[in-house]
Amino acid sequence: MSMDRKEFLKIAGISTILGIGGTSVVNSLRNLVEASQISPNPEALTGKRWGFVVDMSKFNTDEDYQRCIEACDKVHNVPHINNPKHEIKWIWKETYEHAFPGQGTEDKYLSEKIKHMPFLVLCNHCDNPPCVRVCPTKATFKRKDGIVMMDMHRCIGCRFCMAACPYGARSFNWRDPRPFIKEENENREFPTRTKGVVEKCTLCYERLAKGLKPACVEASKGGLIFGDLDDPNSEVRKVLSSHYSFRRKPELGTRPSVYYIF
Amino acid sequence: MYNGWKIIIGLIIFVGLITAPFIFSGKKATAKPDPKVDTPEILKLPENERKCVEAKSYMKGEHMKLLNQWRDWVVRDGDTIYTNAEGKRYTISLQNTCMKCHSNKTKFCDECHNYAAVSPYCWDCHIAPKEKKS
Amino acid sequence: MLEKAIQGSRRYWVWIFFLLGIIGIGFISYLYQFKNGLGITGMSRDVSWGLYIGQFTFLVGVAASGVMVVLPYYLHNYKKFGRLTILGEFLAISAVVMCMLFIFVDMGQPLRVLNVILHPTLNSVMFFDMVVLSVYLLLNILIGWTVLGAERKEVPPPKWVKPIIYLSIAWAPSIHTVTAFLYAGLPGRHFWLSAIMAARFLASAFAGGPALLIILAMIVRKYTKFDPGKEAIQALGKIVTYCMIINVFFLGLEFFTAFYSQIPGHMQSFVYLYTGLEGHSKLVPIMWVSSILAAVALVLLIFPQIRKNESLLAIACISTFLSLWIDKGFGLVVGGFVPNPFERITEYWPTLPETLITLAVWAVGFLVLTILYKIAVSIKEEVVFDKYGEKQVQTE
Repeated sequence: MSMDRKEFLKIAGISTILGIGGTSVVNSLRNLVEASQISPNPEALTGKRWGFVVDMSKFNTDEDYQRCIEACDKVHNVPHINNPKHEIKWIWKETYEHAFPGQGTEDKYLSEKIKHMPFLVLCNHCDNPPCVRVCPTKATFKRKDGIVMMDMHRCIGCRFCMAACPYGARSFNWRDPRPFIKEENENREFPTRTKGVVEKCTLCYERLAKGLKPACVEASKGGLIFGDLDDPNSEVRKVLSSHYSFRRKPELGTRPSVYYIF
Repeated sequence: MYNGWKIIIGLIIFVGLITAPFIFSGKKATAKPDPKVDTPEILKLPENERKCVEAKSYMKGEHMKLLNQWRDWVVRDGDTIYTNAEGKRYTISLQNTCMKCHSNKTKFCDECHNYAAVSPYCWDCHIAPKEKKS
Repeated sequence: MLEKAIQGSRRYWVWIFFLLGIIGIGFISYLYQFKNGLGITGMSRDVSWGLYIGQFTFLVGVAASGVMVVLPYYLHNYKKFGRLTILGEFLAISAVVMCMLFIFVDMGQPLRVLNVILHPTLNSVMFFDMVVLSVYLLLNILIGWTVLGAERKEVPPPKWVKPIIYLSIAWAPSIHTVTAFLYAGLPGRHFWLSAIMAARFLASAFAGGPALLIILAMIVRKYTKFDPGKEAIQALGKIVTYCMIINVFFLGLEFFTAFYSQIPGHMQSFVYLYTGLEGHSKLVPIMWVSSILAAVALVLLIFPQIRKNESLLAIACISTFLSLWIDKGFGLVVGGFVPNPFERITEYWPTLPETLITLAVWAVGFLVLTILYKIAVSIKEEVVFDKYGEKQVQTE
């Protein structure tokens, strides 16, 4: 049979696409690991909606804040970058007027003590997270226990989640973080991240999986109360029902899971 | 032939470019990979317990796929226990399970990876075990 | 038809190699960025999108503006645009290519871009943006190539092109609406949280894109034997005029809501951009340049006697384009990040490597545009060239 060059190229092209496409579809459907082979650690902490209560009455000295921040930074190999434009922070201090700008903005008569009081701020693991809504690859997603999680393998570094987060909770690796992690502080049981991905607090999912509370909670000596907001008998719920509590920017509808009490 | 010299010079350049990778890598590229499993951690185990998570032939061929699926189960579903084909349980972790026995990345993982000229980026994040320089 | 692109005058080749030079320098700059990370740009934890995304945003508008010539010609039989449609479609292709390149250079992990396709996320506007842009690119390539090929053979284009053209007319505003949705749905960014974001984007697109097309048509007329037509250019000029008026009006609407409501979250970004906030005023000069250029453009455009003068129209179009380029390609994106969610201010200015990469992407766009226009013009010259070897002057 005879055909001209155009037709030959058409047939070759379509066969190639079908061939490659077909093999990859068949390959991806072939599952190596059966679902029955995977199970959760029986010691893991389980819950439906993990949350925090930050008890401000327990944060009095600078050391009270630093203990929590350093615990997190150490366990998770959070780099210390001097350039504030490139800094990575998972949990840190911010004054009341900046952490709660709706309350503190241009309020001349707000008590100076409250205005400049440092508050621990971190990812709020919102119940209705805008960052999860915008992520084009589901690299950030909501787990069934309420944690807004990061899949560092999938993140393409588009930083849409950073634009979407109303709390400024997310940091991007503008450069390789490894030179900024002091070797004596390195936690060899937890990975670092690499340049080009977004990171944030992931509620110590790796500790919860072993039955441990988050690092900052353990270091806080009662300042951070951790528990399942969905469980009416949990400590967090008991504290919330007996105290006035407030959250950051609740009017945005994100339903944050980090509460603050005095 | 027409334009004879241009063609010959072009051919020489072409052959040079095509064979350049082989010339430059020399003996290194053709040496058979020899991954070593005699790490102190493995040697500490009794002889009959020196088994990987799955059989050697399986791991050789499928460890990439296994790690991919492990990654999705741990990161995305939060389930951290793997039961292998023989019913033994392992914690799913490259850094804390695989690399605990295979603590010699340069003499194990890199052997085959260098030969096949692939550079998986696992260790950009997952901290590779410290190795003694021998 | 591609062979038309490798036959050219000396001036043509000098231009091509000039563009290739800029692309080469930018490419080396990109390798530097790929190795060291996006930290080599001026972006920061607070201003996490900068020049790359700004340029992308502006160019989606230019890409969408092709519809402003295609719609009147194909839907309403406005014959005067007959020689402009191919230029509009090819401009759209060039603009979409630039958009995709700007996204690519902005990614932290560019090698993982295909994750967006492998893990489609229907609730993510960015996923839809990738889809609609890719489809729009394919549509324009298909339409442009087919119609031009038919013209070369001096036969009418095949019937199946018509429904695809109608699809592209509906698709064009959608690409810019989806891009506006990237900004307009983010709860924490009050500068962007406006219902008329998409409308503003479309208005500025339909002013800026045709303005560029007018300049390109004038260049084509000057340097080749092909004349897109004086009346076509004038009609486009009227479109630029009305759309620029609407664009400025929409900006006024935003100002009103912000400043009459006196809500700080709404006002602060405007204050930062136009007067400076708490001593930070890096962007104030360029925002005022943008406003002055817009005013100059409007004065030159609104009065028909001035608009009919082609040299003044050219100045008006350049003024329009630059004004919108500053506003949409820089001010809008950076303004959304200032102040940050903690009401603190981190400023942004692009670095040299970032600028070189940006210039290289623009050079790629102009290279694509040059090649496509060369092909289109060569074909049209042959076909439309009258038998006395004179430049075709539009008689209808």
